[in-house]
Parts: sequence; C-alpha cells; structure tokens
Amino acid sequence: MPKGTRPVPQPTPETQHFWDGTREGELRLQRCDACAHVYFPPRPFCPKCSSREVSVFRASGKGKLASYIINERGHPAWDGPYSIALVELDEGVRMMSNIIDCPQTPEALVLDMPLEVTFERLTDDITLPLFRPLAAGGAQ
Amino acid sequence: MTSVAIVGAAETTELGRIPNTSQIQLHADAALNALADAGLKISDIDGVATAGESPTAIAQYLGIVPTWVDGTAVGGCSFMIHVRHAVAAIKNGLAKTVLITHGESGRSGVGRGGFRRGGGDGSLQGQFEAPYGPIGPPTLFTLPVLRYMKDFGMSHEQLAMVAVVQREWAAMNPRASFREPITVEDVLASRMIAYPFHLLECCLVTDGGGALILVSGDRAADFPTKPVYVIGCGESVETPMVSQMDDLTTSRAFRVAGAAAMREAGINHDDVDHMMVYDAFAHLPIYGLEDLGFVKRGEAASFIWDGNTRPGGKLPLNTNGGGLSYMHSGMYGMYALQESVRQLRGSAPAQVKGAEISLCLGVGGMFGASGCVVMSNVGP
Ligand SMILES: [Zn+2]
Repeated sequence: MPKGTRPVPQPTPETQHFWDGTREGELRLQRCDACAHVYFPPRPFCPKCSSREVSVFRASGKGKLASYIINERGHPAWDGPYSIALVELDEGVRMMSNIIDCPQTPEALVLDMPLEVTFERLTDDITLPLFRPLAAGGAQ
Repeated sequence: MTSVAIVGAAETTELGRIPNTSQIQLHADAALNALADAGLKISDIDGVATAGESPTAIAQYLGIVPTWVDGTAVGGCSFMIHVRHAVAAIKNGLAKTVLITHGESGRSGVGRGGFRRGGGDGSLQGQFEAPYGPIGPPTLFTLPVLRYMKDFGMSHEQLAMVAVVQREWAAMNPRASFREPITVEDVLASRMIAYPFHLLECCLVTDGGGALILVSGDRAADFPTKPVYVIGCGESVETPMVSQMDDLTTSRAFRVAGAAAMREAGINHDDVDHMMVYDAFAHLPIYGLEDLGFVKRGEAASFIWDGNTRPGGKLPLNTNGGGLSYMHSGMYGMYALQESVRQLRGSAPAQVKGAEISLCLGVGGMFGASGCVVMSNVGP
C-alpha cells in the first residue's frame, strides 16, 4: 500500500491522546469515571452522562468485523479494491478502519470474524490503527 | 389558524444534464416555476428557506425581502425540515408566504460552491473516517447493509429487487432518467461499485431543482392549484459519522422523525395511500419501511419482493422512480416532496388512484439526519 496518499488526520487538543497512543503502538479509549461508559471518538466528557471526569486507558485492540464494503472504484492510496470496515471493539465501541493481511474479498472478509489492531505509520506524528484477522490460537 | 397548505410546487424546467445552467439559477428556475404554478409574484414571498445555497444568496438573487429565513442544511432531507419550520413560522405569524428552494448542479458542477461534507482533516470525520479511504456516499452510506443482511437474512436478490420495482414506476414517468425495465439479474450483473452495491443499486447523479410555496390553509382557496395540506412533520439528526450510528440496522433519525410526523398527523399506517422514502441507495426504502413501522423489523425486503410497493401494490412507494431511476442531484429530498404533491393533486405521471394521504421520508448525510412530512389533499 503506497504511503502518504491517505488523508492524514490532524489531531485536536481533545484527540491528541489517541494519536499519541497509536504512535506508541497503543489503541487508547476513554472511560467515564462516573458511569463507567466507554466511548469513541475522543472528547473530554462522557457522552452518556456529561461528566467531565473521564480517564484514558489502553484498549485490548481486539474486536470483530461488524460490517464493511469493498470499494471497487479506486483510491490514490490503494492499488485495487479495498475494504472499508466497521470494527466493534471488545470494549463496546465501533470504529472505522481497514482490514489488512487478508484478501479483500467477500469470501475472506466474514462478518463477526475476530480482529486485532495493528499500526501503520503515516508521518512522524500520525500512526493509523488498522485491523487484521486475529491469528488462530490467539498470538497475544 | 389551523393548517398550512402547499399551493405552489414545481421542478426545474429540465432535469438530468443541464450544463448551461448554474446551481443558483437552478434554484431560481424552480422558484419561478413554482411562483407561476401558484399565480404569485416574487414580491408576495416573505419567507425563504433553502439548503445548498444560503438563504441570503437566494433572497438576493431572486429579489426577496424576507421577514423569516431558514438555512437548515443537514443534507438531502433539509427540505422536509424546511417544510416543518415553515409550517411553524406561518402558524406563528413570522411569515405569510414561504418559498423553499433547491437547485443542484450535481452532474455538471456549474457554479457549485465549495460544498464538502465533514470539513477538514481536523474534524472527527477527517481524523476517524477519511484516512480509511471513503470516497463519497457510495462507500459510506452503504457501510451498514452487510450487518443488516446478516442479522435479518436479506439476500442480494432482495436488495436488487428494490431497484427493479422502482424502475417499474420510472417506466411510466416521461421525466425519469432511466425508464427501460430491468430484472434482478440485470441489477446483479451491473458493475460492482462498493460490494455489496452494484451500479443499479446506487442513485443517479444529475442536475435539477425544485421549489415549494406554503401559505396558511385559510388562504388555500385563493390559489389556482389544488391545495396539499401539511398535516404532520418530524425531524431529527443522529450522527455525521456513519461509523457511529447507534445500531447499523436501523436509523434513529428515521424513527424519531417518522413517529413525530405520524403522531402529529393522527394517522395509522393503513391511512397512508402513497409513500416516498429517499432512496440514495437500494437499502434506504428497507430501513424506512421498518423504522416507520410499516412492517416489522427484518420484513421489509420480503414486503418489497412480494410486490406490495410496485404499481398496483397496496403501498405504492417511490412512484417517480426514486433516486435510483428518476433523478438524484445530491440532495434528493425536494424531488420526493414534489412527487407527493403531484400524487395528491392527481397530476402524477404514475398516478395512484384516489390517493389522499402521502408520507414523505427524507434522509440527510449517511443516516445522519431525517425529516418526514405527511400531506393530505383533504382540508381540515
Ligand atoms: Zn458517564
């Protein structure tokens, strides 16, 4: 996959911890100290109870494939068809990503298949969380 | 004052490919046609609502001095929401004669502003969706459907049937972009755009516009057109990021907007003679039918497969051919409203005999927003 042609995220003060985390090889989420709700995308308060008392924690990086499409129309950052996926993390939040290390076909991309996070460096500042099929037997 | 009526309704003179007309002129062409339809002059208009262009630009371009404006712009259902806001404005004396305009050079891109969904790379979409390669609605709006298909056992053939049935309606409509009959096999053999969506399951991209004029029901008899009364409306928003929908198999905005509109109208599902569900992609009518309770969860695909929404069926749906076959400029909601008005005036090319109540459900963004309008040709 050619690098540098994906749109590069611009962190804001409220999301910086997430991008600091991916740069260090961690997927970081937030949990409300008041009601224990885990949420994404980042913000400095709980979207469920509005408490400003929230903590950042390292997520498991495990999840499953909730849904996806395979874009057949091309993108400067990809050589051929590629999946855009929705990943349901074990912590209960959903995020968009790509599934890599897997043929980009309906046969290989099976809904609810277990996934694990992996990281792709885009720039000095930005590393993107991607997902791959969880190795059989669970390597981690 | 008890009611508000649509007394002027028109689309642009042409639809489809209109390379000789700018976007703002498409608004104006539709507005002038709606004024002629209602027998009004521009100086009669004192309220302006629009999306895509600003109400400031539309008022200045047309020469209107408004006492009320609404620039709600939440995507293709903005016009349904404008109808709701216009009803409230007229009932409260903020305006007497409201013009709602839409125009979009969606295909030709003439005079189109820098409209871009989601903002820059620092927005939440820019950080948490854009890096993964979405290129517009075909790669975003489509994302939830595999989840729906697995949870409810919907087949690829059933999804394709939505497009087949709408082509049956379009075949009766001289202004529809595509009128040739198609089969499920044709749909599944058409080019894959974003698996599982084939070309014929995705909306058109065309140029066009439309406009509506609303007044108090007390004045409806003063106009040459058959009045179409707005009897219930609803609106809501959910998320600008499709990845953050509460549930990938149902639209919360549909549920909130639809229930509010039906409650205000005081109707049951059986009362609806004609229905429009904004169909940017083939799964939209399926979500709409379920989220508004016309069928149970998981039953909409069979409902359509069994012919209930096709010509002669018990719930005529998307009778202009929809965004899949009639036209789709980008913000299609205005054309769905125009078809509801035509059906209730008795002037639709594929007329539903005796239609008295039409429900028109719009979507904005990628399941991001919704507006719903229930109309009747029976006065209060
Ligand atoms: Zn909380």
